[in-house]
Amino acid sequence: MTIFIEFIVSFFLVLGAFFALAGSIGSYRLPDFFSRLHGPTKSTTLGVGSMAVASAIYFSFQSGRISLHEVLITLFLFITAPISAHFLAKAALHQRLHQKKEGTEKIS
Amino acid sequence: MPDLKKRIAPEYRWLPHPLMTLTLLIIWLLLMNTISFAHILLGTFLGTIIPWFTNRFWPERPQISNPVLLLRFFFSPFLFDIIVANITVVRLMLQPDISKLTPGFIQIPLDTDDPMVISILASVISLTPGTVSSEVYLKERLLIVHSIDVPDPEAAVQTIKTRYEKPLKEIFLC
Repeated sequence: MTIFIEFIVSFFLVLGAFFALAGSIGSYRLPDFFSRLHGPTKSTTLGVGSMAVASAIYFSFQSGRISLHEVLITLFLFITAPISAHFLAKAALHQRLHQKKEGTEKIS
Repeated sequence: MPDLKKRIAPEYRWLPHPLMTLTLLIIWLLLMNTISFAHILLGTFLGTIIPWFTNRFWPERPQISNPVLLLRFFFSPFLFDIIVANITVVRLMLQPDISKLTPGFIQIPLDTDDPMVISILASVISLTPGTVSSEVYLKERLLIVHSIDVPDPEAAVQTIKTRYEKPLKEIFLC
């Protein structure tokens, strides 16, 4: 495995970690429940996506055979993440959780 | 002979769900991480018998007008928008003054009542960072979407309608 491949793999790993971290920071900083829902959708799409890309590249070059079952992780996440986000949002709507008001932070 | 296909209802054909068979085969090969002949055979077998047993759960069949359009939709608005929106939202969330954000709900009037199209549209909206679809009113044909930053709700509705709903309606023929 050349140094070039290692750079690409580390790039995707750091990128994925960055997006996951930013998603968590966002979940902490955002003012209300509905805005916080946006955190999980982010870390699953690009965060996990680029980590899966890194894993696919790494194992393809390490074993010499193309390794693509990381695609499945992304696929299943893409199917399930919107559903859980939808249910959370729907439940919150039915409970009539507070939305953001000026200056005050209401915790759901 | 040519009208034989018309007389047999889809659920009694040998392959009740051709698309599902293909998808199951591809998923099986990805899961096994190989394309050896034995696994293609096994995957085809599983892809044939699983639709037989699960036939009654899937009464409707999606009608795809043009697979090329679907593929183009997957890359051009979908993946591209996920990447762009990710960067936008990360910048919004890491900005020093978070109170400048204007989160809120927007209501998208739907042009279709096909459950397949609506659920794909809702999933695409949820997967694109910055928007989460949170409620569907089928009777009123409304999709309620929460957006993290909507300075202009009217424009956001128009963007979603032209960018996602129109191509999806073309692809799924309704």
